[in-house]
Amino acid sequence: MGRLSTELCGIPLENPVIPASGTFGFGYEFAEYYDINRLGSLSFKGTTLNPRFGNPTPRIAECTGGMLNAVGLQNPGARAVLEEELPKLKKVFSKPIMANVSGFSVSDYVETVRILEAEKQIGWYEINISCPNVHGGGMSFGTDPSAAFEVISSVRQVTDRPVIAKLSPNVTDIVSIARACEKAGADGISLINTLLGMRIDLRTRKPILANTTGGLSGPAVFPVALRMVYQVHKAVRIPIVGMGGISTAEDVIEMMMAGASAVEVGAANLIDPYASLRIIEDLPRVMERYGIEKLSDIIGVTEQEKM
Amino acid sequence: MKQKTMTVQSVRRLNHTMAEMKLSGLGDAVIHPGTFVNIQIPGYFLRRPISVCAADGDILTLVFRIVGKGTEYLSAMHAGETLDVLTELGNGYDMKKAGDRPLLIGGGAGIPPMYALAERLLKEEKRVTVILGFNGKDEMFYTEEFERLGAKVIVTTVDGSAGIRGFVTDALPSDCTYFYACGPAPMEKALYRLLDIPGEFSLEERMGCGFGACMGCSMETRNGPRRICRDGPVFAKEELLWED
Repeated sequence: MGRLSTELCGIPLENPVIPASGTFGFGYEFAEYYDINRLGSLSFKGTTLNPRFGNPTPRIAECTGGMLNAVGLQNPGARAVLEEELPKLKKVFSKPIMANVSGFSVSDYVETVRILEAEKQIGWYEINISCPNVHGGGMSFGTDPSAAFEVISSVRQVTDRPVIAKLSPNVTDIVSIARACEKAGADGISLINTLLGMRIDLRTRKPILANTTGGLSGPAVFPVALRMVYQVHKAVRIPIVGMGGISTAEDVIEMMMAGASAVEVGAANLIDPYASLRIIEDLPRVMERYGIEKLSDIIGVTEQEKM
Repeated sequence: MKQKTMTVQSVRRLNHTMAEMKLSGLGDAVIHPGTFVNIQIPGYFLRRPISVCAADGDILTLVFRIVGKGTEYLSAMHAGETLDVLTELGNGYDMKKAGDRPLLIGGGAGIPPMYALAERLLKEEKRVTVILGFNGKDEMFYTEEFERLGAKVIVTTVDGSAGIRGFVTDALPSDCTYFYACGPAPMEKALYRLLDIPGEFSLEERMGCGFGACMGCSMETRNGPRRICRDGPVFAKEELLWED
């Protein structure tokens, strides 16, 4: 294994960089730009049991250091993902895939995972209990420890593959949610989803987003994400996928020092389709500069340094 | 899609709202009328999608309305400065469908993509009619450029200060084979109701990525959800659900 290699829930990764759900579609369209097998893995577009168009437009707004989105889980539904999208992805991607799953009830999550179980190339389920842009589901499961426990333990019962709980930062105590997920049998934690935000158009005096609010992502959220990864790493024994504003190789290293075993790159893909690849290519040079021989050596090192 | 570092050759104001920018560095990018580019602007997170007005060899011409700080930044740039530009985005117009007498209709900031289209259709020896709609004479631009191409140009102004008083819908000729339209949503929806020839519309939406990854600019169509940036921005009339 190379200097960039890491491991996530027992599955080796050639490098820690994973494009985040919602910023990379189902991957195959990026294969027109570069060989996506260079990536550690990829987390595909949040999939629900039934097809969803999502929210009305405008769904996108800009802000300093980032953006707001209120897409609202647009996806063709689990069956179409399995039968139409994943076959296209598998033609251009041969590594284990991270399947991002969302729902509006516990049984939604369970049924979606059951359908996706037919796809052998899925390596992990990333259970999104943190979407801020839909009502009556998503984030409501990720803001209450007992609801998070219920979703994760139910999904746990229908698959033997690693289950990763994707957490919302829009909570008072991220650690209690992470602990509930670990107790429910999660094999890993990924964080953070977007931070709830809002913009107003000065001319119309109305919200820019048709949904009024949206999720903030981009470099602006990086310190918040880093802090939460650090706190959760101290509190749980399962591995962490760190994300939130990562746009450089330096950000990857910082996130891993805070406790992440792998990282997801989100908004950066939207302003530079080559962002994830560029980060991977930059890593060896940046590791050199900071005297890092192997990335796996630095996971959670900051907490140890403090002691 | 191709990522290019392009160099500003010139920037000029066409009137109090519109600016024209010429950039060099197209290289091997193939520019099809109706496609757009997405420009990274220093200090702003999201790129700015701008439709292609003309492409000639290595030179790309953009004509855009100054609507906010991003476009204001572009309009204040100087020759020699560089920009990170994603090119060849979107589907562009279907020129094969034009017939002998295509009708091109542009409203305000929707006029620029009609220029490249008129140029190409005239090269194919089509009889091109262009309707250019403005609010008033002070907002007019590019009318002489269209005339120089050899198109039949009809100007309309809402306040009657030039050309025909009224909207582009008040100047529709009756002998055209196919239409291409780009402009504000009310204009496009009026054309959708009034025109009985086949044609296509270029649409606009706030975009995240501009290349199909984020689902930020989706729209319901007769063929299911479509991304304006990647499946569009040009959609055939019959794909749109604009009945009401």
